[in-house]
Amino acid sequence: MYSTHAIIDRTPRAKDAELAACRWPEDALHTIPDWVYTSEAVYDQEMEKIFRGRSWSYVALEAEIPEVGDFKRSYVGATPVVVVRAQDGTISVFENRCAHRGAEFCRHGQGNATEFVCPYHQWSYDLKGNLQGVPFKRGVNRQGGMPKDFRNEDHGLRKLHVATRHGVVFASYCADMESLEDYMTPEILKDFDVVFPGKRLKVLGYYKNELPCNWKMYHENLKDPYHATLLHSFLVVFGLLVAGNDAAMIADPVHGRHGTMASAKKEDKYAAVSEENKKEMRSYHDGMRLRDDRFLEFVKEFDSPWSVTMQTIWPNLIVQREMNTLGVRQIVPNGPNSMLMQWTMFGYEDDTEEMTQHRLRQGNLMGPSGFLGLEDNEAMKFVQEGVRRSSTDTNIIKLDSGNVGTSSSLISESAIRAMYSYYREVMGFQAA
Amino acid sequence: MKAKTLSLYRDRRIDAARARELRADIEEFNADYCAVLDTGDIEAWPEYFTEDGIYRVTARENAELGMPVGLVYAEGRNMMHDRAVAIARTQMFAPRYMLHLVSNTRVTAETEAGEIEAQANFVLLQTLVEGPSTIHMAGTFYDRFVRVGERLLLKERQAIYDSTVIANDLVYPL
Repeated sequence: MYSTHAIIDRTPRAKDAELAACRWPEDALHTIPDWVYTSEAVYDQEMEKIFRGRSWSYVALEAEIPEVGDFKRSYVGATPVVVVRAQDGTISVFENRCAHRGAEFCRHGQGNATEFVCPYHQWSYDLKGNLQGVPFKRGVNRQGGMPKDFRNEDHGLRKLHVATRHGVVFASYCADMESLEDYMTPEILKDFDVVFPGKRLKVLGYYKNELPCNWKMYHENLKDPYHATLLHSFLVVFGLLVAGNDAAMIADPVHGRHGTMASAKKEDKYAAVSEENKKEMRSYHDGMRLRDDRFLEFVKEFDSPWSVTMQTIWPNLIVQREMNTLGVRQIVPNGPNSMLMQWTMFGYEDDTEEMTQHRLRQGNLMGPSGFLGLEDNEAMKFVQEGVRRSSTDTNIIKLDSGNVGTSSSLISESAIRAMYSYYREVMGFQAA
Repeated sequence: MKAKTLSLYRDRRIDAARARELRADIEEFNADYCAVLDTGDIEAWPEYFTEDGIYRVTARENAELGMPVGLVYAEGRNMMHDRAVAIARTQMFAPRYMLHLVSNTRVTAETEAGEIEAQANFVLLQTLVEGPSTIHMAGTFYDRFVRVGERLLLKERQAIYDSTVIANDLVYPL
């Protein structure tokens, strides 16, 4: 059962605020009001101004649709779309809604098609979403049928603009978007290109889960290096991310909406943690060892100083490189209190069998049962329930106060501040 | 429009009488296996596998697409032990009860060496502190068993769940 695990499930009216009542607290840089996570009106405006506004949304990997006619169901915001490769090799993205009576005609998660036919009245569309055929268009026995001025070309599917980079497919409702490269900025593109250097990808499979939290929390969690060393005992004990490792929280310098949380693992499998730092970390378990630690091995396959980069690419993409386990995560908002996460795990087509096995073993860190993944999911659920059902209404983000954007310290919330500075601007929220 | 998928169906390749006889053993095994998990004694769970046992939990979508990824992917009892210890002692998650219901057990093959191929459907119910008991997952175990002394042990368990979108997470093994 989704997003209704809690018995006390009603959002109080004060938390479900109308836009006119949404004033950011006075110290805007260091606070987040609860209504950003809980208001239906705010959510609706996000769909309009962010997901259907000036943004590129991730929709698919080209490796999922290599052949002509290959398609995949996807989403931009919460809107179902179809991603398909046409006869000329280009990729089209259109809404999964028949232009006639609105049926969501594409029901398979993925497959191959020569055309799309709506099952209701069998209107058919080509692989680029153009209306091809309307049964009985001229009626029967000269009766009925479409009016003479009905032109198929006026009734295609709603098409989105498409851009790709190194096998990753993005779509936008905005006609005059800047290039993907400008959108991401060189600072973010650098680590994106480490994972996607243009090599052919091999999809290893999918996870899908519903997180009972607001979609923005997922971004925040990966712009919050503070939690990583505290919540995740696995990272700490095994030295994958320890306060004191070489690390950075990089924010894009133009808008502050994208981020890269990066860290460099020490050579040893297990962490050496100073007595002073140990005292700060309740989740640290001294002397914890694995019986089979193969999955902690790090095969150095990338030209990068980082062993881990977790990228948040606004508004709906996470690029995950945790040592050798690679994946993209697509955020699908589902109302203010819920989101879907679609994970696509992959390797490269030239991986050896051993490397594929290694990636699969290391995949135990990630996903809805991952040693890291499940703790994040639980924590974000706790936050959503807390902000929705409590009588207080403000979150504090004061670590590394005043700093906005990139930070070299893990004990910082500067990237969250950067994201919300951008968010306030796009959404038109003023500070009180 | 067509989907490119594999069938997970397995023919029964042994006679009905032998299948019935083995089914009793498998049903008893699964009842014990689930009792351990459902009472929260997770550190005893790896003992139901052989030393080199394979355990994978994955979506039916992946299985039908022939994709190898696992929500849980364990090669060998040691990896299962590590996961069990992590869940029991270090992982952070809200408390919950899990309850397995297993049925439709089929025994589909038996080799000369005594290896048994079987399957059974499962429903996993989850109950959180504040909520109703919900159907958390439904699916099928695809198994290979071997006999070690008097005991059956899993050489391989592929827990393939139909529940396309998981409610938040799966903490305990299936």
